[in-house]
Amino acid sequence: MNIKAESETMTANAQEAEMMTGAEIVLRALKDQGVEHMFGYPGGAVLPIYDEIFQQEDVEHILVRHEQGATHAAEGYARSTGKCGVVLVTSGPGATNAVTGLTDALMDSIPMVCITGQVPTHLIGNDAFQECDTVGITRPCTKHNYLVKDVNDLARILHEAFYVATHGRPGPVVVDIPKDVQFATGAYIKPDNIEHKTYKPRMEGDASAVEAAVEVMMNAKRPVFYTGGGVINSGPDASNLLRQLVRMTGYPITSTLMGLGAYPASDRQWLGMLGMHGTYEANMAMHDCDVMICLGARFDDRITGRTDAFSPDSIKIHVDIDPSSINKTIKVNIPIVGDVGTVMAQMIRAWKARSGQPDEHALQNWWNSINTWRNVECLKYKPNKHVIMPQYAIERLYELTKDRDTYITTEVGQHQMWAAQFYRFEEPNRWMTSGGLGTMGYGLPSALGVQVAHRDALVIDIAGDASVQMVIQEMSSAVQYELPFKIFILNNSHMGMVRQWQQLLHGNRLSHSYTEAMPDFVKLAEAYGGTGIRCSKPDELDDAIQKMIDTPGPVIFDCVVANLANCFPMIPSGKAHNEMLLGEDVSDEEVGSAIDKEGKMLV
Amino acid sequence: MNTQQPASAYFLEDNKDPIEKHTLSIVVDNEPGVLARVIGLFSGRGYNIESLTVSETEHEAHVSRITIVTSGTAEVLVQIKAQLERMVPVHSVADLTVTGEAIERELALIKVAGEGEHRMEALRLADAFRARVVDVTQNSFVFEITGKSRKVEQFISLMQPIGLTEVVRTGVTAISRGPEALKV
Ligand SMILES: Cc1ncc(C[n+]2csc(CCOP(=O)(O)OP(=O)(O)O)c2C)c(N)n1
Ligand SMILES: [Mg+2]
Repeated sequence: MNIKAESETMTANAQEAEMMTGAEIVLRALKDQGVEHMFGYPGGAVLPIYDEIFQQEDVEHILVRHEQGATHAAEGYARSTGKCGVVLVTSGPGATNAVTGLTDALMDSIPMVCITGQVPTHLIGNDAFQECDTVGITRPCTKHNYLVKDVNDLARILHEAFYVATHGRPGPVVVDIPKDVQFATGAYIKPDNIEHKTYKPRMEGDASAVEAAVEVMMNAKRPVFYTGGGVINSGPDASNLLRQLVRMTGYPITSTLMGLGAYPASDRQWLGMLGMHGTYEANMAMHDCDVMICLGARFDDRITGRTDAFSPDSIKIHVDIDPSSINKTIKVNIPIVGDVGTVMAQMIRAWKARSGQPDEHALQNWWNSINTWRNVECLKYKPNKHVIMPQYAIERLYELTKDRDTYITTEVGQHQMWAAQFYRFEEPNRWMTSGGLGTMGYGLPSALGVQVAHRDALVIDIAGDASVQMVIQEMSSAVQYELPFKIFILNNSHMGMVRQWQQLLHGNRLSHSYTEAMPDFVKLAEAYGGTGIRCSKPDELDDAIQKMIDTPGPVIFDCVVANLANCFPMIPSGKAHNEMLLGEDVSDEEVGSAIDKEGKMLV
Repeated sequence: MNTQQPASAYFLEDNKDPIEKHTLSIVVDNEPGVLARVIGLFSGRGYNIESLTVSETEHEAHVSRITIVTSGTAEVLVQIKAQLERMVPVHSVADLTVTGEAIERELALIKVAGEGEHRMEALRLADAFRARVVDVTQNSFVFEITGKSRKVEQFISLMQPIGLTEVVRTGVTAISRGPEALKV
């Protein structure tokens, strides 16, 4: 402590002189990284760090009820703020419970630093109590990970972890700290100028490639912007630049699930989401376009459908910060490696510097085709007076919450797709969903994380009856921290998405997709100390939603919806973008025969 | 593609592009777990490893060199390189098969047991292949041979009928020709 006091009076060598314990270094590094909140769960191997948490006030620790909850909360926190999410868990089971959230963050490129406790260094490899090979287990599900063996490396590694998590394509980083390292005394170094020796992602796009791309864009007759989560990750500036670029060109724009909100859904150039459950107009435009401008998206298989029939006649421009995303599944003509925001700024400059104009006449024809597709009204569904249609529930939820400061998270399933189709996002960072991994149980803890970052906002988890039960225990954390987010369950008594696939592909044999013994969600909410609301009548829905919004504290809303509704439009497997199944008038038989008999034989 | 799809949530497709064999030279930070990371990438993403050598090459800079002989379609090979390059401890990756004809060598130690005529024949062949004798007993030799994998394989197959009992090989290590060095 003496050394510490002395060092504060010194200016020159302050960095070397500051000595403290490993546990103190952890808290100090978090503070110096600007961390205000972290999500965690204690245990033997992190007790020294928890002891430090107890003795400081800079970083607020949110106690979850399961480590998976901590990881998703950190994801929601990160996704809604643009900051790095921070997680603290103990060794062994604490670390293994975090694996799902780490993988989820890796798939969706969410910046996260996860600190795990480890057994003391001399016990590593001994099958000690609560020992597991954390760096081994998390190696394939993190962007990078570290085992800290010397307390003098700890500060550097922690700062480096934040650098790696937030630079380039963001992702989760694990720092595994043995208990003896937490007790040992070592030097603290500040985060200034810490960057990685070799990891220096490229931000600026190659100028000649940008030039070539803009030339192709200018000469396009049937262009489309295809944007993704990379635009959100790049920061709010990127969303602004996207709006500028899209409006400047006048071209239509669609987005992946992960990119919703980067471009306002109310805009006339917006085609809606694309992909397996995307809109007819978006998928048709992708199929028929002559120039595709892919910004921060990665040609995921839920987007492309069958790759050999994917947008067969287009010149493809692909901007991505990760070179391994380029030409991975779809061959592109003009790859540009760089930060999507930076490259869009370059594109805007290059576009303005050109004297030419896009072909007005061709574009008019293109918009005419698009309007014909729009007139198909692919999201139309049969309204019902007696039961709440799930689509209707989302529509009403949207209408009653759109003028508020609202954030939406989801679980995984039909409800997620209906939320993406029917809730309209105007701004980035308002939509948190598990895209790449498709993790049921993501939405509730994610909403918790969002609410921690935005105390006064209206945060809603649009949930399914099955998904919500996966990490339901975080209701208890919500009550403890007075986090008033709302859980809006589209309760169809089924694992709806699984049931839909079984109907479509497996002769409607509903093997284990019906949830028997459903809990009483209203009583469940009350048991946790929250409020429960149930609604099953369309004409009572608005009042019930309003009541949910007006209720202080967390609410579980059991919205009883039509049990067997299917999510359309849909590109069935093995089909191309222009072979979509449309919703309204599809009978069960048509759904059943969407995949040819011969195809089923091959299962 | 005209084969019928099975009913699946994924589009199933066989890739029939020709398979090529390439030698990659990877410069990495010599930190714990780095080899596991690189190998894990190969197994996790279903890439092949035909041979692998690794050792620290610059002690002060804590830098190691990993040489991997891998095979895949042209697209997969490009993907392997991109996936390697984005790993945090990887400094640089060179595809030595693409950058020009590289020098590739491996070393093998080969144990041959036998008597009489067979001993003479083994020595004669070893001489022809410039293999060195590194251990001798009354009824055995251990030979050391370096060269291209083809040469090593040829030597081994010639030793087979003579009394080959054991082989160990280092796997291929490789370096580019000319004055340029791979970026560290
Ligand atoms: C952790 C996990 N396990 C299994 C699945 C596979 N899965 C995808 S959707 C789904 C059903 C979801 O049911 P529910 O939450 O009720 O949503 P619904 O489709 O009915 O709206 C299942 C089991 C998954 N995505 N995640
Ligand atoms: Mg359900």
